[in-house]
Amino acid sequence: MRRRAAALARSLLVPLVVLAAWEGISRAGWVTPIILPAPSQVALRWLAYARPLAPHDPAEQSWLAWVFSGELPHDAAASLLRVAGGFAIGTGLALPLGLVMGARPRVYELMNPVVQLVRPIPPIAFIPLAILWFGLGNPPAFFLISLGAFFPVLVNTIAGVRNVDSIYLRAARNLGAGEWTLFWRVIVPAAMPYILAGVRIGIGVAFIVVIVAEMIAVNSGLGYRILEAREYFWSDKVIAGMISIGLAGLGIDLLMNWLNAWLLRWHRGLES
Amino acid sequence: MSAVPAAEPAIRVRGVRKVFTTGGREVTALDGIDLDVAAGEFVCLLGPSGCGKSTLLNAIAGFSPPTSGTIVANGREVTAPGPDRAMVFQEYALFPWMTVERNVAFGLEMKGLARAEIDERVRGLLAKLNLLGFEDRFPKDLSGGMRQRVAIARVLAIDPPMLLMDEPFGALDALTRRNLQDELLRIWAEFRKTIVFVTHGIEESLYLADRVVVMTYRPGTVKRLVPVELARPRDPASPEFNALKRDVSALVMEEQRRHEAEEAGVRAPPP
Repeated sequence: MRRRAAALARSLLVPLVVLAAWEGISRAGWVTPIILPAPSQVALRWLAYARPLAPHDPAEQSWLAWVFSGELPHDAAASLLRVAGGFAIGTGLALPLGLVMGARPRVYELMNPVVQLVRPIPPIAFIPLAILWFGLGNPPAFFLISLGAFFPVLVNTIAGVRNVDSIYLRAARNLGAGEWTLFWRVIVPAAMPYILAGVRIGIGVAFIVVIVAEMIAVNSGLGYRILEAREYFWSDKVIAGMISIGLAGLGIDLLMNWLNAWLLRWHRGLES
Repeated sequence: MSAVPAAEPAIRVRGVRKVFTTGGREVTALDGIDLDVAAGEFVCLLGPSGCGKSTLLNAIAGFSPPTSGTIVANGREVTAPGPDRAMVFQEYALFPWMTVERNVAFGLEMKGLARAEIDERVRGLLAKLNLLGFEDRFPKDLSGGMRQRVAIARVLAIDPPMLLMDEPFGALDALTRRNLQDELLRIWAEFRKTIVFVTHGIEESLYLADRVVVMTYRPGTVKRLVPVELARPRDPASPEFNALKRDVSALVMEEQRRHEAEEAGVRAPPP
């Protein structure tokens, strides 16, 4: 118990020192609040950003709807919906293609050169084309996000299928499995650790891309909000928005962790 | 308890030769193998590593067809793997993403049996192999001996006329191994399967088999067929057992020495 408390104290030490120094520098007036607002100011701004705009009116909305009626919940929801949609499109295309490319060398030979050529292009570099093709608004954002998620999932799915230990295939064939069963009940689950690693990278990239896409193509979401705040020189709100982005990313990561642990509960790597 | 030889052997191997090409060099793993295994017989393939005993087993299983020669199993020429020749691997080869129960049910599901019948047969086998209470475990949570029990239950589920076992107890500690050997003999006596069992354990082969096939080192040929006519349960400490063990050890050690001489770069005399 005491050891755990000591560990907690140690892990909090550096953040507290940094915050105190930052607060001190701001209060002393060494930098203007526009360049670097004090952490206390950022915290207050974050609360204002997160809080409902109007007082609760039971006639108008439920208590729960009111709690989430502030600007931040709206922005976070907009960003996360874009991530979810774009990620679903990207993964939905990458998974079947990756499974086929992994299982069929002929298809792999056909598709791999294109994949290798397009893959190293950062999704950000597609922004001009995305706007030309899809205009402004959600469509280019979905295109860019799905592109960001597509390649990590594709590459890992191919690798996963190709690396299935042949002893499982032999055992399954020996027990009378046909090609179809072999694929769905042996190859796909055996490749699952790789696939999920790809999914995890893919959702991380999707989250980066959504912020960028919101800075150029749409006028809602966390990415849009910090750019808007900059235009008014609201540095405190920029940082409050950045913190919100960090929290949303952390939330996605925890969710993925949990999903991974559950789907791979059979996996040796997770033995505790 | 030696098996009554049937008119038609369960396995008939004729003139089997297997050549591998590794790094541009041809290696003859098997040469001129002739072997009959009677239905219900327990045969061990014994020899030092590199004698091609696993290669022969894989050829019978249909995983890796011979370069020339024929193998007939259960009345049909072997061209592909099939559930009539169920394989038990040294590495267990359990599907790690399936629970014990789902692993054992897999072959039955391939046969398209009804759910209720599958469940009943799985339960029966789990009981037989002392696996009750472990139905919902994943393989990673089992010991090596338990895993191999699940693997044996999994192949027994599809009720094959023969079991092909590739050093199945090689990775287990001595006590667990003896335990599983006894369990295998019990199962063999109860279900009357034909068993071809690959091992490099001299005592293991004499403890288990009706007949031990001692193989030569590279190319793998049949050096000697040794019938084991000791009554079961066999006592590895008995004088008869040890006399036989001495004879078979001498045969195997000859091959082991050729193996070592060849590895040392000395040209070994032809077999």
